[in-house]
Formats: sequence, C-alpha cells, structure tokens
Amino acid sequence: MKRRDSLKALTISSLGVVGLNPQETLAERRELETSLPDDPIKVPGGRQKEEAIRDAKLMKEKFFTPQELATVTVLADIIIPADSKSGSASQAGVPAFIEFMMKDLPQWQTPMRGGLRWLDVESRKRFNKPFTGATKAQQIQLVDDIAYPGKAKPEMSQGVAFFSLMRNFTATGFYTSQMGIKDIGYMGNTPNQWEGVPADVLKQYGVSYDS
Amino acid sequence: MSFQIKEQPTVFDVCIIGSGAGGGMAAYQLSKAGAKVALLEAGGYFDPADPKYITQLKWPWESPRRGASTTRPFGDFDAAWGGWEIEGEPYTRKNGTEFDWFRSRMLGGRTNHWGRISLRFGPDDFRRKSIDGLGEDWPITYDDVKPYYDQVDKLVGVFGSIENMRNEPDGIFLPPPKPRLHELFIKNAAKKVNVPVIPSRLSILTKAINNERGQCFYCSQCSRGCQAYADFSSSSVLVIPALKTGNVTLFTNAMAREVLTDPTTGQATGVSYVDKEKLTEHTVKAKIVILAASAGESARLLLNSKSAYHQNGLANSSGVVGKYLHDSTGASRSAFMPNLMNRKRYNEDGVGGAHVYSPWWLDNKKLDFPRGYHIEYWGGMGMPSYGFGWGIEGMNGKYPMPDGTMKPAGGYGASLKEDYRRFYGAYVGMSGRGEAVASADNYCEIDPNVVDKYGIPVLRFNYKWSDYEIKQAKHMQDTFEEILTAMGGILSGSKPGPESNYGLAAPGRIIHEVGTSRMGNDPKTSALNKFSQAHDAKNVFVVDGGSFVSQADKNPTWTILALSMRASDYIIDQVKQKNL
Repeated sequence: MKRRDSLKALTISSLGVVGLNPQETLAERRELETSLPDDPIKVPGGRQKEEAIRDAKLMKEKFFTPQELATVTVLADIIIPADSKSGSASQAGVPAFIEFMMKDLPQWQTPMRGGLRWLDVESRKRFNKPFTGATKAQQIQLVDDIAYPGKAKPEMSQGVAFFSLMRNFTATGFYTSQMGIKDIGYMGNTPNQWEGVPADVLKQYGVSYDS
Repeated sequence: MSFQIKEQPTVFDVCIIGSGAGGGMAAYQLSKAGAKVALLEAGGYFDPADPKYITQLKWPWESPRRGASTTRPFGDFDAAWGGWEIEGEPYTRKNGTEFDWFRSRMLGGRTNHWGRISLRFGPDDFRRKSIDGLGEDWPITYDDVKPYYDQVDKLVGVFGSIENMRNEPDGIFLPPPKPRLHELFIKNAAKKVNVPVIPSRLSILTKAINNERGQCFYCSQCSRGCQAYADFSSSSVLVIPALKTGNVTLFTNAMAREVLTDPTTGQATGVSYVDKEKLTEHTVKAKIVILAASAGESARLLLNSKSAYHQNGLANSSGVVGKYLHDSTGASRSAFMPNLMNRKRYNEDGVGGAHVYSPWWLDNKKLDFPRGYHIEYWGGMGMPSYGFGWGIEGMNGKYPMPDGTMKPAGGYGASLKEDYRRFYGAYVGMSGRGEAVASADNYCEIDPNVVDKYGIPVLRFNYKWSDYEIKQAKHMQDTFEEILTAMGGILSGSKPGPESNYGLAAPGRIIHEVGTSRMGNDPKTSALNKFSQAHDAKNVFVVDGGSFVSQADKNPTWTILALSMRASDYIIDQVKQKNL
C-alpha cells in the first residue's frame, strides 16, 4: 500500500465514514490528482481551468506547522464544541478549512500565526507550557481573558483581536459545512415550489397576503 | 508563433462581436431570418445546463473557500468568468478619477450572472432633456420601442404585475412569486412612509413558456446560471437556439482587434481578431458588422478602428464615441430585525433576487436632484457561505436571550452556538439604483501608452459623479433609514454621510455602464441613428448599451434586448430593400 493510500485509510477508519467531511474527501481527491506529475489536472464541474490549477497548488502547500494546527484545533473546539444538536468544529473539518484559507487569502497569515504565537507566549508566562500542553482548566482560564471584548483587560487587547478572528473563521467554517448547515436549519438549495410564507408564520407575525 | 493572418474563406452576411444580451438577440433574430452569421466571443463556451459548468445547487463545502470571492468577484459559485480585473487585460484611469470596469469573458457575457431585473424604460425616460433640461432626448419614444418590449416579454419571459403606473410600463407578465416574510414587513413599513412596493419584474419563468426551457424550481441561484434554462441568459435563451438554426458560426476565445473598412467607401468589410488560446491572428469577412461587445469594449473597438477614411476612429466623425459614459448610481443600507430572532425555519429561497421592489415614486421637480432611483431589497434565511457568522461579537452582547437574560459580547462554547442560531435570518437590507445624468466629461478613450497582452490599445477612463448623483444618494440614505426604522429594524453601522458621498458606489460598480456611442438624429452629436446604425458607415451597428442616450432609473438589459431586436428587424428590412 502506498503511503498516501494508507493515510487515506487511516483518515476513514479514524473518523468513521459517517463523520467523514466531504470537503476533506475533495481535498484528498485533488491532492491525489495533482501529485501525479504527468497526469493533467482534472477540472471539477463549475470551475475554470486556471481556478482548478490554483486550488490544486494551494492544496499541496502547507501553512500551519503541526503544532500550530493542533492549537487551531483545540481553539476551534472550545469555540464550537459538540452539543445536543451537532458536533464540534473539528468534526466538521474546520481546521482544514482555516488551513486552506490562510493560503487562499494570505492577508490573514500574519494575524493568525502571530495570534497563535501570542497565545503560546501568554500560556508559557502563566503555566510554563504552550497552550496545547496546558490543562483544560488552564486553557479556559486564558480563553476567558480574551473571549469577551467588552470585559477584557486592556493588556489583553491583542489576544482579544486574535480570538475574535479565530471565532469568526471557526463559525464560518462550521456553518458552511454539512454539519453546520443542518445545525443552523437552512432548508433550501433543493428544487421546490415556492407557495409563500407558511400560514402559521404569517399568523405569528400578524401579516397576511390580503392587504 | 506564425504571424500569418488566417482568413475565413467565406463572406458572412453578418459578423456580430459579443454574445451578451445585445449580440445574442441579434444572432437569434438574424439567424432565424436566414442570415449567415459569424459570432465572435472573447471568452469560452458556456452552457448553464452542461455539468462541466454547473455550480447551481452546489453546497458551500463543495468550494474549498466556501464560496469566498477570492477568484470570482461574486464568489466561487457565481457564473461570471471575469470581473473588474482580468489578467493581461488592463484598463487605466486619468485625473485621479474612478471607474471600475466589469467584464465577463464567456458565451452570454454578463447575462449569465445578472440580477434578471427586467424593467422597461417609461415614456419619460426617452425625453429627459425636455423634462429637466439636462442631457439629451432620445431620437425615439416609448411608442417606438413598445412593440419590441412586447416581443421580448413573449420570447424571453418575465414575471410581474399590472400596476398602471405611467412611467413604469406594464409588460406581458407571468405570475409573480408571493413576497417572503421580510418582504411583507418591507411592504407594510414602506406604506407608512409613502414608498410604493410592488412585485418585482424578473426574467424568470414562474411558468414554462415553451418546450426548450423549464420552469423555475425556486433555488434562488439565478446568479449561478440555470440548468433548467428557467431564467434569461443570452447563452441559454438566445445563442444556443441560434446555433441550432445552423446559420451561426461561433468563434469563442476570439478577441476582436479592429473593424476592417474599405478605404474608398468607408464601409465595414469584416473584423480582425486574435485567437486568445493559440495567439494566432485572423480575419472574418462580413457584409454587415454588429458591435455588441459592451459599451466599453465596443467604444474601444470603434476607436481602435482608425483608417485614412475614419481618422477619428470608426463611427466617430462626431467625436462622441466614448463620451457620455454613465453607470447607474448605487447605495445601500442594512438592518438587524430583533423581531425575527429565533424564527421558525422553512425553505424561503424563492427566485433569484427580491420578490418585491420600489419603483421611483417622487417628482424630481420638487427635489434638489434631477433623476430618480428604484429600490431593491434583500434578507432572510439564505444559504450560509464564506463570511457567515462573522462579527457575532458586535451583536450577541446587545440583544437578550429568549429567556430575557443578557450576556457579555463575544464568548465561546455551546452558548455561542445558540447565538448563531438565534440571529440567523434576522437581517434585511436595501439598495438604491438610480439614474445618473450623462455628461461629455465622463468618458473612456484610448490610452496612448498602454496595450493589453494581445497588443490591443486599452481604454482609459475619466469619470466623476456630480452633485446630482451625490444628492440623489443622500436621498436614498434618508429613505432607507425611514423604511428600516418603520419596520422596527436596528440600522447597521453609522449612516453614510458627505465624507463617503452618502455611500455612493464608485462608477462602474453597478455594472450598468451605457452611453458611449449614443444614438441621435444629428450626426454631429451622435454616433448612431435611431436604428442603432452608424451615421458614418451604414453597414455598422452597435446593439449593446453603447447606444443609450440616457440610462433611466431602470436596469438596462430589457432595453438592450428590445433595441437589438429593433435594429435586427431594420437590418432585415434594409437587406430586403437592397439598401444594405
């Protein structure tokens, strides 16, 4: 078995087919296609060739170090944990999405990388350990100091800006995933017949089609 | 690279440059009438029903950037191939002015992603100078164009409602969709502040009109192109049927360089173009040349088609080509609707775009700006895409939870997930689209120093909004605030003021640019006659927005279609009479 195949198998077996994110499958497929030097790029439906080439190139590059990616994953799951309605950010493939966006929109690289570094430095000052090495309670203690812009101490402002960035990327990544769309309750993107607002909703808001 | 110029052996009856609304309509009409047509398109082939091109009904996770606008200005799933910047095809600006030029390089051009807003110009819109003394009257009236609007309605299909408003002429309408919830709120609120709200007029088939095109299935994604052909794109509705006549030879990736003319008669003899993929040079010979490359590109072509006979460029003895360039004005505002928090979920995709709009409702004689605007609306429970949830820390500390408790802004965890759910679908917004006054001082010309990667001299823009447009934008902002406040909305951000021209978008941003080869009865002050035919060369026509004398507070596409159909009829008639 080639290394890539074994990695792929590991991904499937470790996540379980149910939890498999189509985005990751797509990413893997793209990687497979573009890593074969003599094989021309396969252009996915709805893409232009130049776009497919650009995407494939970005998929092959790595931005986060393994340590950074681990920190991103921990933070993403603090921001969006599993609850009674849906799974966590990492289960929805959010870290891989953020990794891609760093390469797609490089203007975020410095705020993200610098913010992760800020977090580790702060964690070392407090706990003598990088953020991922701290206990869950210690991680939450630090996060509590940067998660609330209106309450945070002025000396935490850079951490607050970073956490807001992380929150935004995590939310966008989660709610644009299959799991997140189901969570938010978006019911469209499917052929249907629009018959107007449901009667109970019209009644709830006191509006009608007659006026 | 060989520099040999390859000639098509045949002489076509007509060569059309551009396959958007104007070019598509001319190709359709003339090929149906039996003419042998060469159709040049600067971009690639596109068919919204071919899986190779389909983005409709794709989910955000099918894009690695979740639909972000990194490579396409309106996001990964938008049907436009191109944008405000195209690599290797620059344009320039002068005198520190602004103009952003959107180009779609594909079969059907910008009709593939447009908003489908299909408004007829009204009787007043053809005679603005007679009303307010500004600009120029058209050489034609509403009555001249009405029969063509009627035909376009029937051929292409448009929904709407009979309103009997004098300057918003009714068409031959399919049934409009019922308003969405926030649109009902808008309707009620606007009534309180005396702004009319009526069903939108969009070229979307709420009923099937023939066997070739399907009925709308309400996915709200017209901007992605429709695989059922249930909305108007020139590609699906005009060009592909025209190709089926067998009378059209389509040249894709054919970037027109010049219209060729006879040195003794000054008449057009054909078109030279560069094949963008092979970088080979070609000519197409034709008895009639129709420019439909967009107001900007057609002006560029005319100005680049200089000869001893046409020293100022083709169709430009008047010097007006490139002048009177004008785009619609645009300004927007949005609001959060506390009463829509925690709303019940259902599918409210509807058609692509708003189900209602506000036509211009006031008398400019009583206002401090001369021309009107209409209002487009948006909001509701749309499909999440890149940017969803961004900025929650500016919202979730301000509004109580369902149990009435408050919590600090920002946060994380299960409670934060609740916030995204309760705020979903609770936003509305509106955009004004208004008429600018055409001015000779706003123009495009050939940049003397810059060429594109094919060696074609590029356009240089000079464009400045006047007080007329700025005052209009101020009025828009006041109206938006009135409506949004009347519906219980909490307005987003601060109200745009004079420092930003009241939020007035940069020229070109609304993608309604017209006027660069305007029609008129006087060859000294216009490039085209009232049939869109060049005064200086009778076998040259311009059927894109270039021929417009003034833009009206309507979107230009329906008028481009009607005038192109009218020009095509005229061509057929003139050929029959042996005048062409």
